[in-house]
Amino acid sequence: MTWAVIRALLSHWRRRPFQLVTLLLGLSLATGLWSGVQAINAEARKSYGEAADILGGGGLTELVRQDGAPILPQTFVAIRRGGWLVSPVVDGWIEADRGRVRVLGVDPFSMPAGTPAAMAIAPQDLTTMLGRNGVLMADPVTATRLTGLGERLQTGEGIAPGLLLADIEAAAELVGQVGYDRLLLDPKQPLRQTPLNEIAPELQRRAPETAEDLGRLTDSFHLNLTAFGLLSFAVGLFIVNGSVGLAFEQRRPVFRTLRALGVTARRLVWLLTLELLAIALVAGVIGIFMGYLIAAALLPDVAATLRGLYGASVDGALTLSPLWWLSGIAIACLGTALAAASGLIRVARMPLLAPAKPRAWAMATGSAMRWQLALAGHSLVVALIGFAFGELIGGFILLGGFLIAAALALPSVLAVLIVAVARLAKGPVATWFWADTRQQLPGLSLALMALLLALSANIGVGTMVASFRTTFTGWLDQRLVSDLYVTLENTADTPALMAFLETRSEAVLPIWHVDAEVLGGPAEIYGVVDHPIYSENWPLLAANPDVWEQIAVGEGALINEQLSRREGLAPGDPLLLPGGWETTVTGVYSDYGNPIGQVVIPLPVLIDRYPQADKTDFGVLVDGDTEPLKRALSEDFGLPVENLVDQAALKAFSLSIFERTFAVTGALNILTLAVAGIAILTSLLTLASMRLPQLAPVWALGITRKTLGRIELIRAVVLAGFTFVLAVPVGLGLAWVLLAIINVEAFGWRLPMHLFPRDWLWLAVLSLAAAGLASLWPARQLAKRPPADLMRVFTHER
Amino acid sequence: MLLDVRNVVKRFPGSDQPVTVLDGVSMSVAAGETVALTGESGSGKSTLLHIIGGLEPCDEGAVIFEGTDLTGLDDAGRASVRRSNISVVFQQFNLIPSLTIEQNLTFQAQLAGVQASADDLAQSLGLQGQLRKYPEELSGGQQQRVAIGRALAAAPKLVLADEPTGNLDETTGSAVFELLVAQARDRATGLLIATHSERLAGLADRRLHLSHGRLTG
Ligand SMILES: Nc1ncnc2c1ncn2[C@@H]1O[C@H](COP(=O)(O)OP(=O)(O)OP(=O)(O)O)[C@@H](O)[C@H]1O
Ligand SMILES: [Mg+2]
Repeated sequence: MTWAVIRALLSHWRRRPFQLVTLLLGLSLATGLWSGVQAINAEARKSYGEAADILGGGGLTELVRQDGAPILPQTFVAIRRGGWLVSPVVDGWIEADRGRVRVLGVDPFSMPAGTPAAMAIAPQDLTTMLGRNGVLMADPVTATRLTGLGERLQTGEGIAPGLLLADIEAAAELVGQVGYDRLLLDPKQPLRQTPLNEIAPELQRRAPETAEDLGRLTDSFHLNLTAFGLLSFAVGLFIVNGSVGLAFEQRRPVFRTLRALGVTARRLVWLLTLELLAIALVAGVIGIFMGYLIAAALLPDVAATLRGLYGASVDGALTLSPLWWLSGIAIACLGTALAAASGLIRVARMPLLAPAKPRAWAMATGSAMRWQLALAGHSLVVALIGFAFGELIGGFILLGGFLIAAALALPSVLAVLIVAVARLAKGPVATWFWADTRQQLPGLSLALMALLLALSANIGVGTMVASFRTTFTGWLDQRLVSDLYVTLENTADTPALMAFLETRSEAVLPIWHVDAEVLGGPAEIYGVVDHPIYSENWPLLAANPDVWEQIAVGEGALINEQLSRREGLAPGDPLLLPGGWETTVTGVYSDYGNPIGQVVIPLPVLIDRYPQADKTDFGVLVDGDTEPLKRALSEDFGLPVENLVDQAALKAFSLSIFERTFAVTGALNILTLAVAGIAILTSLLTLASMRLPQLAPVWALGITRKTLGRIELIRAVVLAGFTFVLAVPVGLGLAWVLLAIINVEAFGWRLPMHLFPRDWLWLAVLSLAAAGLASLWPARQLAKRPPADLMRVFTHER
Repeated sequence: MLLDVRNVVKRFPGSDQPVTVLDGVSMSVAAGETVALTGESGSGKSTLLHIIGGLEPCDEGAVIFEGTDLTGLDDAGRASVRRSNISVVFQQFNLIPSLTIEQNLTFQAQLAGVQASADDLAQSLGLQGQLRKYPEELSGGQQQRVAIGRALAAAPKLVLADEPTGNLDETTGSAVFELLVAQARDRATGLLIATHSERLAGLADRRLHLSHGRLTG
């Protein structure tokens, strides 16, 4: 009995293989996009999760100096004598092939047990690592970049990529520093100690969460990706819903016969569930492979972005855990369950011999539409709460609530639009066209919602990207004032360089800086000379009128937007700088792409206050071509070519980082739109079989099948057009949230919004074409439909 | 002669060889004449009406309507005949579900470019007060009245009705059938009507019986 029923059910797919293909395609696309994005996120998170753990001391409270300067060895000794269990850490950077490598120096003896760094060192390595000339450890990939270290370098597992682990003394020597960057406080301390502020008042405790956290900086990037993955998944589910709906609708007579033959509704639902499960498993496996391909294709771009934007080190290669495979299969099953639930419920409730009532069905979904509208209202309220709450999470709640509300409200808004347009219709065919379009709305609404989401994501992200590019290019032009950037090998060469450039350039601008802790956060302090090129070009957002005059006389400080927003500082406010001196904020400038704070002070002040500053970088103004000077500097002055970067190359490099970020979102954008197109196609196919009772009378009255087919095509294009018109404001709202809220919360800078109507026009053409293309096949099918099919409506009980 | 059917042959593909459903059927309907068509289930009544209405092609023979052979027309040509000259009333699902009763009633007249008042039609069909409703809100008998009204409103020369009362109970069926015959006579419209009921067939001017693919008088 069961076998006979299964055979009857499955025979459907043999007769309609294409339908099975769409179903599998939709489900595997959804799974693929979702798990692809998950793979990218997991891979990136894993990499810098490891790094952050080791660097951050694994959640231990730390002691640092308020002014950000190194802690002297004698202070460390005094604290130990005071009865404190602390372990020193040196944290710096050295040059390596393909960028810098982070050096982490630890004291293996005093290291609190259980910290990741302590666990990364195997006991047998412990002794070999000790001391100034001890062994240095890195993971195998990073080791290949550290060619200059020779025999001392050994590889080890469990060390984060981009990290060199060393003994505290060896690390201090490698980074050329006396003293320690921070002291880790052991969680188990003796009962009696001398109070810390008596031993070293300049030290402050830093809670683990304020330790520099790459995760937070990159969170928004990953949230972006996740949001995209989720969106694509949702759009893919629309396809599945369409295909499953179609398969169920077409098998209704079979279901009815089976029921009439004594198969219980329960058994029928069970068998259908089994069938769906099998399909979900197959699609899940295909989807995981697709996800792997997507992730492998996008990961190099993502890795480059994270490296360039945040200095986060991510392997460009993909390793997958069994968990990822399992979750891919699970998400496919979950998606199928979500998409097929309504169909299954309908089968379970189907009265044995009730005739199909398409209009009753449409009215039932009409009440669902009112439900949706109410839900849309609630989403909007949630969005507003998110807006009022503020912070990054509030921004994302606003974003999600807004998008969901827009999608849910779409069918109702379209219905109102159609009713309004229908009033203007003249003639019976036009009247019928609009009435019929209105009736089809519930059946098409899922696909149209998918289209709305895809289009507004496209407009929103497109606007953000283009605004970013426009602003960023303009800003780069302002910020990169020098024609050539020169880095000295040795500070002692400074006078020689000055003399060398005296006659060969227009001006030499030292770009000296010190990395420091400003108001409790990481920051860079730069010194600038008095030169008109700054006052002419520097991208100021707000400033005192005499900002440059003050710099000229050695007063005031400019800060970047990030620092200004983080600390709520405006021109005129006092600013406390490391070393315990105070100056006044005289201006705020935009500083895109920089995750940390920046302070610009007059160069003489920098030299005076921070003698340890890095004095190797210079900007050079050249009249005309930079090539001759570059050659002279490398051949006559003897600087390595790598130390000479001209402005154009620097600009190109900076822009390329952003281009790659956006290549990732761009690719996902296109994929989402394609998926929406497929959703429309499957919805139309689903409707096509249900619509015969509506079309047959019109046909019998003398409208040819060809005309009917053409009308179907026009309908799809018209609905896509309406949806597009509604997607523009939604997309712009999305762009505004991204630029004015998410960006500010995540990165600390705000971008002006630029509009690019020409891009929308292109997108409009694209979406109309997609809708037309999607309806072409159903329309052709209708035009070619055998009259007998249409006639059956009148003569046979369906 | 309004309609002349000559030697129409229709075969359907069978499981091994074609089944001949109509085997040289000839008949005619004069203007304003009411003709009843009877025959067992499966005898080919519907098939014959579909061929006359241009809804289905035939394999041999000719359907001459007002001197024009409909079998020679293409899809668009036959559709245009249906729009203005031949109306069809089926057993069920005649109405357009997305339009109101009012819109359904005047739909075909508008297609044919004929003036028609929905109110007058409703009056004569006993459908007062139903104009704003949708088809599914009406009973089967009411729906068939709308279908009849719609067919006649376009002022066609011929109405083809395929068991228009087959889905209705005895009393309602008789009333609808009588309404159709009366209205057709009123307007001098030709009417070819297929039915299983001998009693209703007796109301027609003339009767034809279809059996084994051939007509008997
Ligand atoms: N599209 C088709 N394909 C194959 N055979 C068909 C098709 N349409 C009708 N037939 C066959 O043609 C024969 C006549 O069918 P038709 O519907 O014309 O009979 P009918 O006299 O109208 O019967 P009823 O009184 O039950 O409505 C039947 O045997 C039927 O099986
Ligand atoms: Mg019949």
